[in-house]
Amino acid sequence: MNLARTVALHLRKDMRLEWRSKDAANSMLFFALLVVVVFAFAFDPVLEDSHNISGGIAWVALVFATIVALNQSWTRELRNGVLDALRLAPAPPNGLFLGKVIANFLFVTIVEIPMAVMFVVFYNLRVLGSVPQLALVVALGTWALVVNGTFFSALSIRTRNRELMLPLILLPISLPAILGMVVATENILRGDASPAFGIRLVAVYDIVFTTVSLLLFESVLGAE
Amino acid sequence: MTDAETHSARLSHSEPTHIEVRDSEPAVVLQGISKLFGRFAALHDLSVTLPAGRIYALLGENGAGKTTLLRIIAGLARPSRGTVRVLGGSDARAVSARIGYMAHATLLYDELTARENLDYFRGLYPAAQLASIEELLTMVGLEHVDLKRRVGQYSQGMKQRLALARAMLARPDLLLLDEPFSNVDSGSIAMMSTLLGTLRDRGATLIVVTHQLDAMARVADEWITLHAGTIVKRETSHNRLPLSASRGDER
Repeated sequence: MNLARTVALHLRKDMRLEWRSKDAANSMLFFALLVVVVFAFAFDPVLEDSHNISGGIAWVALVFATIVALNQSWTRELRNGVLDALRLAPAPPNGLFLGKVIANFLFVTIVEIPMAVMFVVFYNLRVLGSVPQLALVVALGTWALVVNGTFFSALSIRTRNRELMLPLILLPISLPAILGMVVATENILRGDASPAFGIRLVAVYDIVFTTVSLLLFESVLGAE
Repeated sequence: MTDAETHSARLSHSEPTHIEVRDSEPAVVLQGISKLFGRFAALHDLSVTLPAGRIYALLGENGAGKTTLLRIIAGLARPSRGTVRVLGGSDARAVSARIGYMAHATLLYDELTARENLDYFRGLYPAAQLASIEELLTMVGLEHVDLKRRVGQYSQGMKQRLALARAMLARPDLLLLDEPFSNVDSGSIAMMSTLLGTLRDRGATLIVVTHQLDAMARVADEWITLHAGTIVKRETSHNRLPLSASRGDER
């Protein structure tokens, strides 16, 4: 069966389910905004130091918000046992995985827009470096979080404490990507150093983990 | 004419399906199957061969291992010991397109409509073997249902019939049904059991886990009783005691 067609089928279904339930978007949005506001009160946003760490704060907010959303991502397949129907279908399992990754990527990207506005307002930010480079870092970083999160969320789906398991597995494994994102973002925001190393690190991380996830997903889906 | 008779007449006039009957090849061959959950054996050294083109009623008290057996045949669970051959193959994935499975749960998205659900699952199967949505809904007696309503708003019986339609969408050679009649009204039960008979007549093999013996009495070819993970009784409909006499025995 055609992989692209299967990906589109799963993506359309996930977008439709999210549009109707708004489970992931609502929880992710409110959580991210809460973190941004709390950090704005915890650090004085007008200080130069706060500007220096704002890239880190943005990614911390996004990482935790993404985890909240990713926990929901496979839960809807568990309701009514739908996962069994998906396991039985002869369509390529990677189509399910990629469809879900792309859907989660879109949900997180949508949440990043109001979050960016909040950051500009609370931290009085001005991008001194290249805006297209910042967009590239955000896209690569979001993909890194989402591809890993979707994979490990599927892995922990049948565990009793899956809400706890996901961050426990995801955060240590995502550390190289988070480091790359934070360094690159801060360099671009300050405009005083090249973000090339951070961007390269996240790009390589994305390629490696997307490939590994695609290779292993069928075994994860087939596990009892 | 009763609802079931009307439905039966409608089925006999519907498009014939093209299920290939493989008389020489048993639908299911299980040899020495055991399934352990920790130290608990849900199935214990179970062996059975089920020839194709028949309806098997799988009976037994709660916890006898019926659902576990069905999941192993479907390829959703792996036996701890023993070998499984389904539709001539030992790789469940290779024959999954020819297996239909209906579980306790509906295996449907409550947030989607009936049409959206069936459309989505049809997309996961090869196009050549698919039944149309209208044909499926007619088969399960849901042709007059408002297809714009979300499945979550359906009654339990309607969900159950839609779940059966989903299981049949790829015209399976082997249909595994886990308590298909639960929460279904008596008229719909008659309709569904007529449908099972029709599918069998078209060449499909059906394994039906049920506690509702009356529903299966008209159509089952063989009755297999499980107890504590092993088959304790296997009888054809011909040598089986009349239902009223056998009821106490099954319980």
